[in-house]
Amino acid sequence: MKELSLNILDIAQNSVKAKAENILIKLDETAEKLTLKIEDDGCGMSKETVENVMNPFYTTRTTRNVGLGIPLLKLAAEQTGGGISITSVSEKDNPESHGTAVTAEFFKNHLDFTPLGDVISTVTVLIQGSPDIEWRFEHNFENGQVALDTRELREVLGDVPLDNYEVIKWIEEYLKEGYSSVQ
Amino acid sequence: MKSLAELAAIREKMKDKVVLREGSGDIRVVVGMATCGIAAGARPVLNAFVEEVSKAGLADKVTVSQTGCIGVCQYEPVVEVFEAGKEKVTYIKMTPEKAAEVVEKHLKGGAAVAEYTITNAIS
Repeated sequence: MKELSLNILDIAQNSVKAKAENILIKLDETAEKLTLKIEDDGCGMSKETVENVMNPFYTTRTTRNVGLGIPLLKLAAEQTGGGISITSVSEKDNPESHGTAVTAEFFKNHLDFTPLGDVISTVTVLIQGSPDIEWRFEHNFENGQVALDTRELREVLGDVPLDNYEVIKWIEEYLKEGYSSVQ
Repeated sequence: MKSLAELAAIREKMKDKVVLREGSGDIRVVVGMATCGIAAGARPVLNAFVEEVSKAGLADKVTVSQTGCIGVCQYEPVVEVFEAGKEKVTYIKMTPEKAAEVVEKHLKGGAAVAEYTITNAIS
C-alpha cells in the first residue's frame, strides 16, 4: 500500500466484517514513533485464528486463497524496525465482552517508513461505507489532538444518516480544520 | 470554523424530505473495497462517485456503497452497477476520471460505458 492510511482503511474493514458496533482508530504520534491502534467490539477471533492471520495464505473469504491485509500491515511496520500485535476475544469465549485490537508501531525516521497519507479520506470512506457503526477517531500529537466521535454527531443529526453527502463533507472539513490547527 | 450548528442545519433541511437514506432508489453503485481494491486505488474511485453523484443531483436515485473481494482482483478497482430490471454492469480498472464518465453517461444518461466493462475486456 502506498500510504499507511490505506492499510488503516483495509484493517478497519475487518472490524466491519466482524460485525463491530464500535470501532476505534487511534494514532499516537511523536517525532520518532507512530503507534496505530484499531480496536473493535466485533465477533473476535480464537487464539488459533489470531496466529493464522499473520499468514498471507490464510483467509476467511471464498473468492481467493490469500489474505494480505494483516501481512501487509505487518510488513509496513517491521520494515521500519517496528511490528504489530493482535489481541482478540472471541464472542464464543465471552459473549459479554469480545472484539479485536490490532496495534502497530512504526519508527518514522527509518528510510522505509511509509507515509501516513490521507487519513481524512480513510475516515470519511469508512463512515460513508458503514454509517450505522459508531466510529471514534483520535490522532494524538505532542502538541494537540484531532478527534471525532460519531456519537456526538448523531446527537445533533437525529435521524439523518451519516452517509448523507453534506454530513460527509462536514466531517471532511472538520478534520481538515483539526489538522491545520495542530500542525 | 466547523460547528455542530451546521449539522443541526442539515437536520432541519432534511426534516421535510420523506426519503432520508441517501438514494433509497433505483440504482446501486457498489465499489470493491477489499485489500486488492484499496491497493489498486479504489478509495479515490469511491470518492469520485460520491462527489459526482451529488453534483449531478442523483443522490436520491443512486446509492453508493462498498463491498469486499469480488473475485477478480487483477481487474481492481472494480465497480458494479445494479439497476432493477436491468442486467448488472461490471466496470473494471476504474479511475476517478472514468467514474465521472460513468456517472454522466450511464447513471444520468442511461447508457452503460461498454469499453470500461469486464465483458469488453474478456471478450
